Amino acid sequence: MTDLTRLTALQQAGLLRSGEVSSRELAATHLDAAQRQNHALNAWLVIDRRGALEQADAADARIAAARAEGPAALDALHPLAGVPIALKDLVSVRGGQATAGSKILEGYRAPYDAHITGRLKDAGAVILGKTNMDEFAMGSSTEHSAYGPTANPWALDRVPGGSSGGSAASVAAYHVPVSIGTDTGGSIRQPAALCGIVGLKPTYGRVSRYGIIAFASSLDQVGPFARDTRDAAALLHAVAGRDERDSTSAPIPVPDAWRALPAPDQAAASLKGRRLGLPREYFLDGMEPGVEARVREAVRALEDAGAIVEEVSLPHTEYGLATYYIVAPAEASANLARYDGVRFGPRLGDGDVLANYLATRGQGFGPEVKRRIMLGTYALSAGYYDAFYLKAQKVRTLIKADFDALWAQGFDALVAPTTSGVAFRFGEKMADPVAMYLSDACTLPVNMAGLPGMSIPCGLSDGLPVGLQLIGAPWAETGLFELACGYEAITADAPWRAIEPTALAQADDPAMPTPRQRAAALAAGLVG
Amino acid sequence: MSATAPSRLETVLERYEPVIGIEVHCQLRTVSKMFCGCSTAYDGAAPNTHCCPVCLGLPGALPTINRRAVELVLRAGAAIEGTTPPVTRWDRKNYFYPDLPKGYQISQFDLPLAADGRLTFDTSLGPVTIGIRRAHLEEDTAKLIHAEGTDGGRVSLVDFNRSGAPLMEIVTEPDVRSAEQARRYAEELQLLLRSIGVSDADMERGQMRVEANVSLRPVGTEPFGTRVEVKNMNSFRSVERAIEFEIVRQGAALDAGERLTQDTRGWSDDRGETYVMRSKEDSHDYRYFPEPDLPPLRVDPAWLAEIRAGLPELPAARRVRYQAELGLSAYDAGVVAGDAGATALFEATMDAGRSLDSVRPLDAVRPLDAVRPLDAKQVANWVTVDYLGLRNAGATGSAITVDPAQLAAIVRAVGEGAVTRAQGRQVLAEHAETGASAAAIVDARGFRQISDAGAIGAAVDAVIAANPAAVADYRAGKAQAVGFLVGQVMKSTKGQANAAAAGAAIRERLDGAPEAATPGDGAPSGGAVEG
Repeated sequence: MTDLTRLTALQQAGLLRSGEVSSRELAATHLDAAQRQNHALNAWLVIDRRGALEQADAADARIAAARAEGPAALDALHPLAGVPIALKDLVSVRGGQATAGSKILEGYRAPYDAHITGRLKDAGAVILGKTNMDEFAMGSSTEHSAYGPTANPWALDRVPGGSSGGSAASVAAYHVPVSIGTDTGGSIRQPAALCGIVGLKPTYGRVSRYGIIAFASSLDQVGPFARDTRDAAALLHAVAGRDERDSTSAPIPVPDAWRALPAPDQAAASLKGRRLGLPREYFLDGMEPGVEARVREAVRALEDAGAIVEEVSLPHTEYGLATYYIVAPAEASANLARYDGVRFGPRLGDGDVLANYLATRGQGFGPEVKRRIMLGTYALSAGYYDAFYLKAQKVRTLIKADFDALWAQGFDALVAPTTSGVAFRFGEKMADPVAMYLSDACTLPVNMAGLPGMSIPCGLSDGLPVGLQLIGAPWAETGLFELACGYEAITADAPWRAIEPTALAQADDPAMPTPRQRAAALAAGLVG
Repeated sequence: MSATAPSRLETVLERYEPVIGIEVHCQLRTVSKMFCGCSTAYDGAAPNTHCCPVCLGLPGALPTINRRAVELVLRAGAAIEGTTPPVTRWDRKNYFYPDLPKGYQISQFDLPLAADGRLTFDTSLGPVTIGIRRAHLEEDTAKLIHAEGTDGGRVSLVDFNRSGAPLMEIVTEPDVRSAEQARRYAEELQLLLRSIGVSDADMERGQMRVEANVSLRPVGTEPFGTRVEVKNMNSFRSVERAIEFEIVRQGAALDAGERLTQDTRGWSDDRGETYVMRSKEDSHDYRYFPEPDLPPLRVDPAWLAEIRAGLPELPAARRVRYQAELGLSAYDAGVVAGDAGATALFEATMDAGRSLDSVRPLDAVRPLDAVRPLDAKQVANWVTVDYLGLRNAGATGSAITVDPAQLAAIVRAVGEGAVTRAQGRQVLAEHAETGASAAAIVDARGFRQISDAGAIGAAVDAVIAANPAAVADYRAGKAQAVGFLVGQVMKSTKGQANAAAAGAAIRERLDGAPEAATPGDGAPSGGAVEG
């Protein structure tokens, strides 16, 4: 019998509808894989076996009832009904933990569902658990989790990227077909690239942020991870749309086309005549040659399929990083003020208000979070606001205008590298925050401009995945999905597509060191 | 100290001019909170029963704007003749305190919902107009309760019921020049906000909180002195007292050559003095920045126009109209317009007086053409003296209900002499207490005045016959003897005779002049009822 974990979400949905498999079987199989490998991967902060099986039973009952009712009722079920899914541990699920990878939220139980949690429950998706992440989504490697780093399923001594590293690794390792991440500066696309899967950051306002623990409100977006575009589109379909509780969520209709993207040959044919821009600024100095080669090969493949690719310029790209590291920390410095030990989470200190704050926040936050709170507080301080925050907002407008000019010229999408390198080793960038920040240089301008951006796998460099980034105009997710589907169609037979993450067998071995042990060993210089 | 304050105040005012700005925070009359759906009816509720993830500042919660709260501030803005920008926005004001769950307050910094308004009111030295710099919307904090823990130690408890309630802040220009002006401004603002339905603005219940920035400058100079912020003034009286105290305190300090510091001071009503709460060194850098969770707010000009058009008559205009059109005295106009209940009763009683219904309760047979408007001065008198008197005599906060139609009937009946003024007052009191109709009370108490010429004539005849000495006195030129005879008539009719009619009938009989007895102020007598 086929290994159920190797099926896409939509394939699983097909088997559920035909009755060949139950949601309980799917959940159990995926839970087994997750529980078996989490020792070596640490992708999950909580695997809720009991809760997941209950949800699966409920999904089975729904599917059975629909089947009894007839084909129309079966069609009316969401494609994700009965399908296992993972949520980044900053999504609120009523009664469950939501640590955001931080000690300061240890013991907190969310008393309510995030909007997307409600939507996923409505769809009938089966939530297996919560995934590891950089603390408060601040990081690009998941090494900043208070609960230890996550390993990359392609190489256990390397990071999966971040901040949504656990969500990316869980999909790459076949623990779930799809998962939810958030992307503030690249936190979906960069780990998708480093884990060899599909990840999409939707247009700002596409998905409600209600119930998602905030990092930077004007940049955060919720998005899907999947192993192919169709699954990503189906998951986005389930969670997207206006929510009255998030004033920044837009009343833009969610296309039903996302539930049924064009067939491969049709998608391949649709590449013909598509006008794609190749922003030269995204090919950074110091880019790994193997990564650049894979990206340029992918661009050539698109051209061979009839796409028209032109080199373009986004002249303010070089200011993106500096701008982002003012805007995001400024918003974060306020967003994280609520973690004061008064209403939830551990409260440390001797009872005096100020002492409690200092102890609770001093010990509850990790160093990267403190660094960003300090950066943001400084940027907003009297006398510095104009020079930093206000200036950054102006530059942000210019960055957005760069993109707008290209859409005005009629480009359908931009094609670019997602990252300039493959997955790096534990510890490699921990000593140098700026080197870590540079991991997102190609992704964060997309957040600054509020655009949809997607990373899809485009091959391997030295045996590690490389991501191709597709960037669209606001609300142009459909075009990105079609483009990605087309690329998947024309590269369906590429040899690299048949290669599974190469460390999965090792991850099965209970004797393997944990990622935390591995990272510590690397830090101590014991392993090369 | 308070005994000496006025004179010291006068000496300070000889040399220094006070420069005062007032900040008022008002809770808005909304059903739900500013950024969530929680009810604002938490008065008296158990702690932490009116809260949700949003007003508790839980991880992941997001604000949504209460349209009604925005509308109320726009209404207040229109009432103070302020301007509203086409686009306003929200800002985060950052500081840490346990009563502020998010660690920031959502407020408005540089684009308030209303700006550049004004408010005019009377003072003992004449009318004053104060410029209003801005009115903006923000959220209230939770309430801290300092109590004793089970181990006897001090504990601080937080009640989040108030957290996130809508709050309007109204800031004046530094135009206020005296403690009296400050009090009068606050009183007039309260009246305005109540009359346009924006806030209940009860100071004692914390629905209206007044703070004053007070500084002095030498008379005749322009630059502002060092300003002190005064808080914790919980009544209009304490606003005036606190500012007077500050003027005296600052004047004495300046005279002594001291440098004033830019402190925040609290007012102690018991001690009658202000005290330092916070010095400038502790002042916050609030790190305001635009609230990224809320889009800028575009105020539709049509909406604004609708709000402006929907404003009721404002108190200032009402006072003018009462004097100019209804002939009320400035004092009565001020008293009637100065109290929402009095205004409502006055207006409704005048309205009811135009209807036949105001006649019928006490006079079922009066023809329609007899219905003439009530005398506004009389109605104002009943409202200001009797209604407010009854209300103020009741337990604090106890509402009394007077049906305007019944008051109209009473005013008309007294005016026309159907019942006496004293009886009318008793009828009103009983009506207010029991809700019974004026007619029923009059009947039950046997209050109908005897104005009928025949009935009075019989009583008069009997009195004349029984009091020959008084009749002789009158005929001898002692006109005041009529008073005695009228008194006897009243006695014999148990006070129900119309005194004027009885007097006329006595004179008619003794003088021999054929003069018809007419009741009251000349209304037709034909239909007057018998007791």
